[in-house]
Amino acid sequence: MARFYGTDLPTALMLGTSLYPSPAVMAEAFRRSGASVATVSIRREAASGTAGEDFWSLIRQLGVRVLPNTAGCHSAREAITTAQMARELFETDWIKLEVIGHTDTLQPDPFALVEAAKVLVADGFKVFPYTTEDLIVAEKLLDAGCEVLMPWGAPIGSGLGLTNIHGLKTLRAQFPEVPMVIDAGLGLPSHAAMAMEMGFDAVLLNTAVAKAGDPAAMAEAFAKALQAGKLARAADPMEPRNMASPSTPLIGKAFLS
Amino acid sequence: MSREFTIIGAGVAGLCVATELVSRGAKVALHDTQGLPGPASCSWWAGGMLAPFCEGEAAPEAVVRLGRAAAGWWQGHGVPVTHNGTLVIALGRDRQELDRFARRTKDHSRLDAPAIAALEPDLGERFSTALFYAGEAHLAPREALSVLAARLAQNGVAINTDAAPPSASHIDCRGLAARDSLRDLRGVKGEMLILRCPQIDLKRPVRLLHPRIPIYLVPRGDGVYMLGATQIESNDRNRATVRSVLELLSAAYALHPAFGEAEILEVGVDARPAFPDNVPRVIRQGGVVHANGLFRHGFLLAPALAGMVADHVLNGARPELFHEYHP
Repeated sequence: MARFYGTDLPTALMLGTSLYPSPAVMAEAFRRSGASVATVSIRREAASGTAGEDFWSLIRQLGVRVLPNTAGCHSAREAITTAQMARELFETDWIKLEVIGHTDTLQPDPFALVEAAKVLVADGFKVFPYTTEDLIVAEKLLDAGCEVLMPWGAPIGSGLGLTNIHGLKTLRAQFPEVPMVIDAGLGLPSHAAMAMEMGFDAVLLNTAVAKAGDPAAMAEAFAKALQAGKLARAADPMEPRNMASPSTPLIGKAFLS
Repeated sequence: MSREFTIIGAGVAGLCVATELVSRGAKVALHDTQGLPGPASCSWWAGGMLAPFCEGEAAPEAVVRLGRAAAGWWQGHGVPVTHNGTLVIALGRDRQELDRFARRTKDHSRLDAPAIAALEPDLGERFSTALFYAGEAHLAPREALSVLAARLAQNGVAINTDAAPPSASHIDCRGLAARDSLRDLRGVKGEMLILRCPQIDLKRPVRLLHPRIPIYLVPRGDGVYMLGATQIESNDRNRATVRSVLELLSAAYALHPAFGEAEILEVGVDARPAFPDNVPRVIRQGGVVHANGLFRHGFLLAPALAGMVADHVLNGARPELFHEYHP
């Protein structure tokens, strides 16, 4: 499995910590998902500083690596400041860099993203940029010093799955050595399995689990789908073909007539 | 023989526990350094929705079941309760939210535009589909707290503003202030507004579903509405943020543009006390009994919680939400 800034993660799931019915349900979802990373939004979920301390300690008690994010930031400057606060709060140099370009669609702003990535990398951060499947943006992010890419599957919270399969396949093929996490837009475990079958290294999701009727059960379903997808990838799947290929011999029967 | 109980905290939890114990013949002393219910109490800022079925969207089954008795309890103790149900709506592009909400809750019916207009004429032309929870109710929290305090006073129970005398055995209903002895109690910040909008006449609580910013409006009469509420993991009780107020007001404006002309009477902030499962608890810790963690369900669940406290302290029962903590 790919290493993320030199770190091996035991499983391919990064799970968000917002929108759960309660912290107890969240903890149970983490337990059953086997997620190896918890993403937290320091802008949106809780107050920074001591006022939010109880929630931060709940996150720490999950016992997984924390990946703070800059959700809710609309400019490079805001994202940089938020990243610095996050580093202090969680004592980690990992940051999921998210700069929103459009309030309604939550589409990333690639220009501000690259700009913020440069500043944060220079400041010693290990940046996980939330981006689209665009190859040129990916290239600029890698040039800026990012060693991981987080292309979206679909807009945040949409649950649509992988909406541009061709684009994502091209991105994967273009940068075969770069660890990539499909981030955002997944709705079903089958979407996560598909991402792994396509050779992505991990997935990051939140709403699909937190807003399910039974978040813990859905978390486990995602864990199983990720295992299946990863196993399938390693098993070297057959190539699809355009006509039937009988698995039993056809000698003696008329075919291609 | 009647035992005397010392209750600390005269918010919704303390007043309900005191009322329940007095109604069962016990003697009660009630202490709150803030005196009569007021802005220092979290319940002052509550919505006052008695909406167990709607809450079932995100809350466990016990909240729905225990909350069903709330309206009757409040009425039985002299508090006016309005039985007009709850209307749940979503803006056009969030229509799926309504389907999800319907799937996960009970006791509702689906309304079309004429049916919505029949209930709430101001909303009929703006929304084509809604869920109606006919069995739900609402009350005015400040009135409810005052009624309980006044009735307790009539029964000789005044709210003592001195610190409670040192005692190993008392009933602690201090809400978030009890964090000093309950290690897993946390605050969930809520921000709300009180608006006056005489152009709009809503007769029942209206919930506007949204994937990120669900809001509700509770009519207080005379064109006054409570608009709530954010839910942020924070112990902060001091200030509302611009983002929160913007989101709440934008949602109200989306519900009906006439809210653009409303007057802002109050901006309220407090932190709800909550345990990790967001379900309240009766806790025995040494000689102290705690009733706490009502989260966003103060008026909905305080009556049931008060009943459990009374069952425990009077009869030694270990009721449903009972926990034992070791000091």
